[in-house]
Amino acid sequence: MTTKKTVYPYIPNSAPDVKAEMLRAVGAKSIDEFYAEIPANLRFKGKLNLPEPLLSEVELIRHVDGLLNTNRSTRETLSFLGGGCYQHQIPAVCDEINSRGEFLTAYAGEPYEDHGRFQALFEYQSLMAELLNMEVVNVPTYDGFQAAATALRMAARITGRTTVLLPANMGADKFSMIKEYLKPDIMIERIPYQPQNGTLDLAALKKLLNPEVAAVYFENPTYLGLIETQVEEISAAAHDTGALCVVGVEPLSLGVIQPPVEYGADIACGDIQSLGIHMHYGGGHGGFIATQDDPTFIMEFPSRLFGVAPTDVEGEYGFGDVAYERTSFAIREEGKEWVGTAAALWGITAGVYLALMGPQGMVEVGEGIMQRCRYAIQKLTELPGVKVPFDMGPHFTEFVVDFTDTGKTVADINQALLEQDIFGGVNLNRDFPELGVSALLCVTEIHTKADIDRLASSLKEVLG
Amino acid sequence: MKPIAKKPSPRRFHQARWDEPVIFELSQTGQRGVLLPPVEAEIEKQVGNPAQKLPEALRRKKPPALPEMSQNQVLRHYVRVSQETLGVDLNIDIGQGTCTMKYNPKINDQLASTPKLTELHPLQDEVTVQGILEIIYRLEGMLKEISGMDRVSLQPGAGSAAIYTNICMIRAYHASRGDAQQRDEVITTIFSHPSNAAAAKVAGYKVITLYPDPDGYPDLEALKAAVSDRTAALLITNPEDTGIFNPHIQEFVDVVHQAGGLCFYDQANANGILGITRAREAGFDACHFNLHKTFSTPHGCGGPGAGASCVTDALAPFLPVPTVEFDGQKYSLNYNRPQSIGKVRPFYGVTPNILRAYAWIMSLGADGLREVSEVAVLNNNYLLKKVLEIRGVSAPYAKGKHRIEQVRYSWEKLTAETGIHSEEMAVRIADFGMHFWTSHHPFVVPEPMTLEPTEAYSKADLDEYVAVLRQMAEEAYTNPEIIKTAPHNSTVHHTHHDPFDDPDEWAVTWRAYLRKTGQTKRE
Repeated sequence: MTTKKTVYPYIPNSAPDVKAEMLRAVGAKSIDEFYAEIPANLRFKGKLNLPEPLLSEVELIRHVDGLLNTNRSTRETLSFLGGGCYQHQIPAVCDEINSRGEFLTAYAGEPYEDHGRFQALFEYQSLMAELLNMEVVNVPTYDGFQAAATALRMAARITGRTTVLLPANMGADKFSMIKEYLKPDIMIERIPYQPQNGTLDLAALKKLLNPEVAAVYFENPTYLGLIETQVEEISAAAHDTGALCVVGVEPLSLGVIQPPVEYGADIACGDIQSLGIHMHYGGGHGGFIATQDDPTFIMEFPSRLFGVAPTDVEGEYGFGDVAYERTSFAIREEGKEWVGTAAALWGITAGVYLALMGPQGMVEVGEGIMQRCRYAIQKLTELPGVKVPFDMGPHFTEFVVDFTDTGKTVADINQALLEQDIFGGVNLNRDFPELGVSALLCVTEIHTKADIDRLASSLKEVLG
Repeated sequence: MKPIAKKPSPRRFHQARWDEPVIFELSQTGQRGVLLPPVEAEIEKQVGNPAQKLPEALRRKKPPALPEMSQNQVLRHYVRVSQETLGVDLNIDIGQGTCTMKYNPKINDQLASTPKLTELHPLQDEVTVQGILEIIYRLEGMLKEISGMDRVSLQPGAGSAAIYTNICMIRAYHASRGDAQQRDEVITTIFSHPSNAAAAKVAGYKVITLYPDPDGYPDLEALKAAVSDRTAALLITNPEDTGIFNPHIQEFVDVVHQAGGLCFYDQANANGILGITRAREAGFDACHFNLHKTFSTPHGCGGPGAGASCVTDALAPFLPVPTVEFDGQKYSLNYNRPQSIGKVRPFYGVTPNILRAYAWIMSLGADGLREVSEVAVLNNNYLLKKVLEIRGVSAPYAKGKHRIEQVRYSWEKLTAETGIHSEEMAVRIADFGMHFWTSHHPFVVPEPMTLEPTEAYSKADLDEYVAVLRQMAEEAYTNPEIIKTAPHNSTVHHTHHDPFDDPDEWAVTWRAYLRKTGQTKRE
């Protein structure tokens, strides 16, 4: 054992000779001189109480693997979990591109040294625009929650009004985030949904509408997996009172389902995790906001918007920031909300995904999910005591299963399924008590008929 | 043969120039990039095609006009485009001051790419995710130690999101004491990150921005004049974006506390002070870190990053839900926190970056973290010495003093003498395979350039960077045309900026570009 000073591989100038040479060049006796401005009473005494370091990679791998290997992933266990994070096919090229050092480690360069970053994000915006049939899409914000919250603040600024209507069939976590984000100046009212079919209560919506309402927000599909069918009626009702129609949409559904603009949405928003990004235990989210190309709308975006322009050379595309002066980078608190590091790499990834899928892939994935979903609904409703409350409506990815009549709780059922190596659905007891003893089950293109049949037979066994 | 000559300095760089079309131009009808698992015949027979039975208003009649490409084409396009981007992996990335562009260890990327993390669903039963919960819990513990705060949330998606989270907790704290209506102002400084001002404004606060005293230090007298019973909080970065540490920081905190306000330490610039000084000792109520800056996780072209909100016990009841708890046996998620501000993001945070930051700290330990800071500060002061030898550049404020981890320089003299602006220099440096950033707006430091060398660059790297700055300064005095017409060795040439601010011309998407230029489709 020696007491030799460690030269850290990540810190080249930790080598003592170099350090001494640099100190000499600066004319300092010790590094402590550089901290002269920090008063003695603010100096931390002693050594931080942290674990002993694992200096070699092999030690680090052993340690981290030791922790992570106790996890059980959806690769090992058949999962029917959704509720805002989804298991889909991830093309290998998506991972290949987002792990390239150029993209992974770049940040905020100018359009010249980072031309590629600007182009890839302009292309992401453009590919999303084709899905959404809208001409403006932002560089991604943090996640779908933030996208919805910002879309609603945009609507309030555009209309100069101070109330927004949010549906009762949205997820509780998203509602929680939006509620905090709209404080203190924007009021929220809830639009109830109809217990018999899960879609919004139009009559109640019309009663809530008044000249103070900035936006009517609804989701397609809803958090409960059902596709909202009264879309034209809702947007017309909103527009009749001068409110904007804001729709949260699952982009993966847009190969088969009309994009919101076609039924009257002024702003579309959502999460891009389904577009080629792993679940990462909830760490793979990015948010999009889309509008038409109208300065009234564009000037209210907080996010960066990359645009294309000519250069001095014929046939060259240049890129840059559109309407930068609206951002907090340019004018601090006078800008629109704020802009900062968010989810650009996931945007690039979603662009790669859409380019790989093409029009045909997006149609096939949408059709396949709806077919599997319908099959699963039919299969599970055959079980004694099991109901699917909104079973006649069209579903995308998810559906509610009501176990009330089985006499068992969702927690018990999921525990028993776990013992059979199945992750059951999201327990809805906390957030949707009106649905009784219910779970939200998720079926995507990765599920085979055998998977769904296995869920049905395991459930049959569990329910006795 | 004769010996091959040594490489000249600066190196003869040329950025990749693939002359790559926009992806829509690469489409070839009928190509497929990826196939999907087929739906079994039995399912098809039983349910038909429900998508076709969607109500008219909801059935998409025409597939989205995405490009049709083979897999290899898509890969090649994006690899080419990636090569036209300068990440930390390629360049001496010391020009993005305030952003702490350090080395992002590859081993941590490998660790984060295991299916044991990437394929975890966030709502799995807690017993199946004990490993990742333990990592979150442990990293929170490390950041408690590094900040001296009592509790940490890793839920915020990045630095500004953590600032916003802390502001929400400040608001909830005052509301819990019945003070929310009265305390409607926050105070920040112009050299604190703009998100402090902007996020506070979103949360409903009136923002008071303090300007520095003539020496560049945050102005204590200005603070005393601004503070009142309306003060909800002080939001202050330290060291500020000038690299100057505010020696009176504790007095700032005392003044605000005496007025009943809270104090929030923006620790985005913490890279030079790990293990040296902490939010706790200065008396702060909360602070935040950017895991993608100080703690080495990659910046991903602008995210995902990861933020940490760190608070004292007084603010802990307001932390976002869920918190990660450990009872000595099992890790769990706790939603039962009635005073919580609720969610600030789906689920629990940017887990791949939480894992990377955890692994980074584990690979360094307490001595290593201190070494990070000391070398970051040594590198910065070495760079300062060398840069100030260049003609036309200065380091305003705090004359003769050392700086912590970065410096906001000024090319004001060079501009006065040559007419060349810092923004033009920032374009020209692309010709050398490097980058520098000016500053946030407004340009309080005229003709700014903000450099932060971190611990990750060698003396030779710093010398190489300085040699390029020196050459550019010489050019400004002797051959300004080469700067005015830059870039020359970049992927593209001078871009015409006017369309970006003209609603009739700007085009944020390909479809908008085609419409505005009177094209239907490009073959």
